[in-house]
Amino acid sequence: MTAEGILQILAYLSLLLLLTPPLGAYMARVMAGERTLLTPLLAPLERGLYRLAGIDPAREQHWTAYALALLAFNLMGLLLLYAILRLQAWLPLNPAGLAPVAPDLAFNTAVSFTTNTNWQAYGGETTLSFLSQMLGLTVQNFVSAATGIAVAVALIRGFARRPQPAGAGRTIGNFWADLVRGTLYILLPFALLAAIVLVWQGVPQNFDGAVTATTLEGGQQLIAQGPVASQIAIKQLGSNGGGFFNANAAHPYENPTALSNLLQSLYLLMLASGLVHSFGRMVGDVRQGRAIWMAMVLLLVAGLGIACWAEAQGNPAIAALGVDMSGSDLAAGGNMEGKEVRFGPTLSALWAVATTAASNGSVNAMHDSLTPLGGLVPLVNMMLGEVIFGGVGAGLYGMLVFVILAVFIAGLMVGRTPEYLGKKIEAREIKLALIAVLVFPLGALGGAALTTVLPSALASVQDPGPHGLSEILYAYTSATANNGSAFAGFGANTLFHNSLTGLAMLLGRFAIIVPTLAIAGSLAGKKAAPAGPGTFPTHGALFIVLLIGTILIVGGLTFFPALALGPIAEHLSLQAGTLFGAMP
Amino acid sequence: MRAHLRPALTLLLALMLLTGLAYPLAVTAVARLAFADQAAGSLIRRADGTVLGSALIGQGFSRPDYFWSRPSAAGAGYDASNSGGSNLGPSNAALIAAVQARVMALKAANPGAVGPVPVDLVTASASGLDPHITPAAALWQVPRVAAARGLDPAELRRLIGAATEGRVFGLLGEPAVNVLKLNLLLDQRAPRAP
Repeated sequence: MTAEGILQILAYLSLLLLLTPPLGAYMARVMAGERTLLTPLLAPLERGLYRLAGIDPAREQHWTAYALALLAFNLMGLLLLYAILRLQAWLPLNPAGLAPVAPDLAFNTAVSFTTNTNWQAYGGETTLSFLSQMLGLTVQNFVSAATGIAVAVALIRGFARRPQPAGAGRTIGNFWADLVRGTLYILLPFALLAAIVLVWQGVPQNFDGAVTATTLEGGQQLIAQGPVASQIAIKQLGSNGGGFFNANAAHPYENPTALSNLLQSLYLLMLASGLVHSFGRMVGDVRQGRAIWMAMVLLLVAGLGIACWAEAQGNPAIAALGVDMSGSDLAAGGNMEGKEVRFGPTLSALWAVATTAASNGSVNAMHDSLTPLGGLVPLVNMMLGEVIFGGVGAGLYGMLVFVILAVFIAGLMVGRTPEYLGKKIEAREIKLALIAVLVFPLGALGGAALTTVLPSALASVQDPGPHGLSEILYAYTSATANNGSAFAGFGANTLFHNSLTGLAMLLGRFAIIVPTLAIAGSLAGKKAAPAGPGTFPTHGALFIVLLIGTILIVGGLTFFPALALGPIAEHLSLQAGTLFGAMP
Repeated sequence: MRAHLRPALTLLLALMLLTGLAYPLAVTAVARLAFADQAAGSLIRRADGTVLGSALIGQGFSRPDYFWSRPSAAGAGYDASNSGGSNLGPSNAALIAAVQARVMALKAANPGAVGPVPVDLVTASASGLDPHITPAAALWQVPRVAAARGLDPAELRRLIGAATEGRVFGLLGEPAVNVLKLNLLLDQRAPRAP
């Protein structure tokens, strides 16, 4: 790895660190309904929305009402998106005259966007009209992210509430108010800002349809365009990831320069990172947020180190052909299959790690063509449950579930009832946390296992040998983790995989959200015990190590056998010079 | 559940109009006003107004008197309505065979080239529309282009320098040569044979 590469990564991490406290403070104020800089501008709109919906934002909901409201809103969004996709041929803004989306693909896509996954079984420019991209997908990019923020904030309230007497209240906020505030004050302004900057950098924003060019050598080139900037600003910000084009952020129209790449890479993790700080503020102890942030950043940096190194090394089988893969001032070298010259191996690896840490799933390089270890890191990031910053909101509530497990394990070791932030963690919380933790391998490994035993499902695999298993694992892990990136050689657009990944996405989203809200409700009613000399401190280095250990053991033990047969076997084979499949 | 239907429906529709319609239209309006050229796709036009391509979208080249772009897996090659990579895994024999064929073809077309082939010239980009090659890959092609155009190699190296986009702030990204821009410079400098 070059010195320039290391400097670029340090610059990125420093910017992320600098942005976190102000963003976190802002989001904490917004979600508490307090006054912010944008209040004079947006408050009338906010009040109008409440009046239209007939709700009182100050009226708090019990966790069951909160969950029902959330499910009703998401179900309706799902149905509406499905309808738009099926009817796009008869709706306006379809200059390319695209046909209706097939039922199984429309189901998959509608689930994908409402669950904040943005798994793309379709190619954007060949499948979806402008209307579908805007009124269909862009909307869900906003509200699915706002849903994530809402759940995270509801859980934080569970920890932060101090009911007098115990059991009084037991409410966790108002879903409608959380949804509206997250969308209006957090997502909309930052998306607007980024969209304008991205246009400046070269991202198109028009409704002109494709342009036909006569190339320098006299050929014809049909250049697809559209309202790109507005969509990709929010898909980066909201940990959505669904690109306007098939090549996603590798497409020069989606991500034309190193500057657009920096902005989009920051947007990948910015809100998730800020929310960890919000957590600290909302529970009244920023050190608690800092400890969780440290655990996240340590896992991120470990992954970055491995992936950047592996991609800079390149593919030994290509080196053996006498190709120049060394890095210099004139070429970055390394593994360039499926990568863009303007990003090179370093910025491609940085993005691959950040996008899978963040359940975003957008890509600026093709993950299927990463080196075996370079591809292992994104896979592991997802398998750890998308808690290394994670999706907007989803990462934080996923991490807090691990925190509950970590304090439980610590409690077992010292023989005390576990506590976190003064609240006793009891059997009910642990049971609910385990549901949330176990759902994940069920979707990821269950779906992958089913694929390997059904010949018709197995036909979707493109690459021979262990890499084929990695493709299957990646697909179902990505779907269940609501990430949405892919080893894209995997032919996901079949009836079987559209249906099964669709179910995996629903499971990975709502079978985690509902237990999380139940934990929030249960915690909200508990009285808080003041910290005593025997209280296990959850803001120090020991706790950070314990938390990382818990995440690695739960993730590692569950997935290690599958990883050994996939990317690890491929790495060892490739180092030994073994290739798979027939030479054509 | 029934009590939730009204807020769910009204908020969904209202937020749909706000984020799905008002937001993209607002961005479009600002983009048109402030960055009209970029908003329209950074198109390059000939003197007669016909579109030659986009400064951001790569084109395929096969004439010996032009610099060549990277291999492309987008459609039949540089299909800008069907972007994508090969997605071949690193241990797939088909990938290694394709790279080997490209190495041989490039060596045959560039008998005067010095040193091994730079990796970006024999690997397919992620988008299939990569507008760039590395400076090393441009320099590697200089002997072929110089011979075909009857130009001094030093002059070509100067043109490559002019078409090279350096790191942003001297730090971000990788140095890259825009192939279409380089070939346009080349045509300005010495008109190509018909």
